[in-house]
Amino acid sequence: MIDNAHDSAGVVIEDLNLSFGDTHVLKGVDLVIKQGEFFAFLGPSGSGKSTLLRAIAGFGPTPTGRILIQGKDIADLPPWKRDVGMVFQSYALWPHMTVRKNVAFGLEERKISKHEIDERVDKALDMVGLLDLAERRPSQLSGGQQQRIALARTIVIEPKVLLLDEPLSNLDANLRIQMRRDIRELQQKLQLTTIFVTHDQEEANTTSDRMAVLDQGVIQQVGAPIDLYDNPANLFVAKFLGTANIIKGAVITEGSALVFRTDRGMDIPLNQGYTNGRSIVFRPQNVDVCATGTGASEAHAKLNGKVDHMEFLGSIIRYGVDVNGDVVLVDHAHKLGEAVFSVGDSVDLLVDRDSILVLAA
Amino acid sequence: MSFLFPSVQRGPAVAGLLIALFLFLFLAVPVGQVIFVAFQDASTGEATIINFVDFFRNSLFRESFFNSFYVASMSVVIASIISMPLAYFTTRFNFGGTALIQTLGIIPLIMPPFVGAVAMQLLFGSNGSVNLILDDWFGFTIPFMEGLNGVIFVESIHYFPFILINLSAALSNIDRSMEESAQNLGSNGMRLFRRIVFPLAMPGYVAGAALVFIKVFDDLGTPLLLNVNNMLAPQAYLRVTSIGISDPMGYVIAVILVAFSLLSLWVSMRALKGKDYATVQKGGGGLMKRDLRRWEKVGCYAVVILILVLVLSPHFGLLLLSFGTIWSYAVLPDAFTIAHYVTVFSTATQYITNTLLYAGLAALFDVILGTAIAYVVWRTDLVGRKWLDYGATAALAVPGVVLGIGYLRTFHNINVPLIDEPLATWWVIIVIAMTIRRLPYALRSCVAAIQQISVMLEEAAENLGATKTRTVWRIVIPLMSGGILAGFVTSFATAAVELSATIMLVARETDAPLAYGIYEFMQSAAGRGPGAALGVIAVLFVGVGTYISHVIIERSNKAREPKSIVAEET
Repeated sequence: MIDNAHDSAGVVIEDLNLSFGDTHVLKGVDLVIKQGEFFAFLGPSGSGKSTLLRAIAGFGPTPTGRILIQGKDIADLPPWKRDVGMVFQSYALWPHMTVRKNVAFGLEERKISKHEIDERVDKALDMVGLLDLAERRPSQLSGGQQQRIALARTIVIEPKVLLLDEPLSNLDANLRIQMRRDIRELQQKLQLTTIFVTHDQEEANTTSDRMAVLDQGVIQQVGAPIDLYDNPANLFVAKFLGTANIIKGAVITEGSALVFRTDRGMDIPLNQGYTNGRSIVFRPQNVDVCATGTGASEAHAKLNGKVDHMEFLGSIIRYGVDVNGDVVLVDHAHKLGEAVFSVGDSVDLLVDRDSILVLAA
Repeated sequence: MSFLFPSVQRGPAVAGLLIALFLFLFLAVPVGQVIFVAFQDASTGEATIINFVDFFRNSLFRESFFNSFYVASMSVVIASIISMPLAYFTTRFNFGGTALIQTLGIIPLIMPPFVGAVAMQLLFGSNGSVNLILDDWFGFTIPFMEGLNGVIFVESIHYFPFILINLSAALSNIDRSMEESAQNLGSNGMRLFRRIVFPLAMPGYVAGAALVFIKVFDDLGTPLLLNVNNMLAPQAYLRVTSIGISDPMGYVIAVILVAFSLLSLWVSMRALKGKDYATVQKGGGGLMKRDLRRWEKVGCYAVVILILVLVLSPHFGLLLLSFGTIWSYAVLPDAFTIAHYVTVFSTATQYITNTLLYAGLAALFDVILGTAIAYVVWRTDLVGRKWLDYGATAALAVPGVVLGIGYLRTFHNINVPLIDEPLATWWVIIVIAMTIRRLPYALRSCVAAIQQISVMLEEAAENLGATKTRTVWRIVIPLMSGGILAGFVTSFATAAVELSATIMLVARETDAPLAYGIYEFMQSAAGRGPGAALGVIAVLFVGVGTYISHVIIERSNKAREPKSIVAEET
């Protein structure tokens, strides 16, 4: 039973459950990844993101549920019949084979003619820019080169899906930025449905079209990076995707006005439309800090507090302001000649009302 | 999804079953048979401990029991006395002779103790070279080789490396920071040694000592060649070969040998279990070393050279014996000749060809079994797979004499079709005995090899379209090849000098391998020369084998390390 939307999808995962012994690692995962999409699985370690990726490739304990690739259920196939190319975190290049032999492996297993193998291997090596290293051994290559060979070895079989398991984690910082651009470029060129596992939100943000945030084996939210950052569905996503101010309390109607009353008894005006919720979330860059007594427009919620601590981070100053017992973080763009507040100063905070998000938990 | 498993696991399951069957038939059944007979009344067939009571009522057996115990214990003491200064020198001082000491740790192992036993008698016996000189110069002699002394002397010179290697490893695994933090907290001198260094090194020492104890306790060849028969292993052999396989005493002794083996292995494993005291951290390494003062250096070298002379004496003696004409009541042989080698190569080549065939086949079976077991245990989730490992390793606890008796008893009335001969006297049984006895070593080598392979290398192959079987052939076995080859060579070299099971299973001269040939020759004074020549050949087999295996392991270790990282090109 495959519906039409799923037919055109690159990867569809339906109600996937998986456990290691008594530990449930994946709990009812449902996901649709479009054909040609660059999709990231983002989550902390232990969230199940790598397990999910490995399940798609057919490794690890057998899950229950369905995995469809281009409309075909592959959940019952052994790894070697799935046609999903995986690049391993440690690259997993075979040390006893030359680069050329490594890249040719998948084609040889497919019983393709010698001539065609040579041609396709050359093309794949050329694509990652390492054709001249074809006769080297993996141990003679740098980390970045090994990474490229691993990529070439996988794309040469023209997989239906490309799986990348933390592909950048073993590279140094500069190379990582270069490599993620290269991977993205290659993916665009080949129009290859790609799933990328990472614990680094910056990596996920910069490369992926859309991403799924995972925690404790459950998909928390799926969407484009900016959407997820601006409209997190829950506190976990809000916190995982960047610094967030989270204040606990309840939504209260006061006459015609909607107010969020914090647990410590402070009122913060809200935009219309919210009925209930246990916490509000807003990001530090959506708050302005100014000397007390500054006038505020309707667009801002004004809070008064005392500077509790400050961190100078270069382009911004991050203040921690004690507002009635809750410490609110504020990112203030640092400009030459502008006044800097000191610890203990009394300040007003102007929170952009549009940026205040009310969440259930 | 569950239907996947049967098809994927069918190969390993079949292999696992075949291996289990082999181990059952040629290890469990014969040993079980031995134990069964030991506890069975010879006439009525009922279960009884009367055989054990009889055993301890007999004064010769009581004496043999205590002698074996005494010899094994004393060998541990002497081996410890030899090892401790050597281990201490290398780990405590910046000692130039470290390479020399490492060599010392290998030389004895390449010559089975029984091979050098007769030569040692000629060097250290009451009328041997050393005592002749002593008597001449100082007017006294030392009974190095009198009775049990001889066995202790020969065995401890041969087996001390087990203690040396384990103790050195334990000492060099202690990180300097262990000692420094103790000093930092106010401890030093003897107190520091007693509370920190000694406890950290203890497990290694105990493991080595337990191994030496059991090797000596089980050894058959050395006492036989030194004509010391009032020990357990020789008694078992003599009972079975002279009275016959129905005499229960041989079995009782076999059970005692097995019990002691298990006890020693248990002690050794117990000592090491949960005490992975490898405390060396990055950039650290070993205890604090200091330079030696001049006179200390002289002292150290004197000790090392004395031990080196002792260790080389069996080899040297054997060489002299093999090239000597007549050597009796003299410091050196009367004259030198190559006649013994000529004799060996003209009349006794079957020993050499048999050894090549038997040890070659045994080593081949060992690595095939070892590779299969390693794969099944580490790469599949077959139910009970660990038992294959335990089963194969259990052979360590079975002394050769016991296996020999078990085979004779179990297979003497099982006729091999076509050749119409009992399996117990067919030459193939010798190969099987060698295979079983050396399997634990080959297995460890194979297991070490497979553990070094990241599972991801196999997953990558499967991901790119290779089935499990194809992955085994194209990835697993090539990457294991170093370990497999090292396992083969070790198995071959040690099987080539196996005597205790072989001696019981050789049915006729034409089927006999080298070790048996040496034993045969050494029985008569006239045969000592050719026997020694055969011994030299045996030592060459083992020495070359050990060297090759060492080179292979070094090379494959080196190949694994990433070479120079080329500058990043981006």
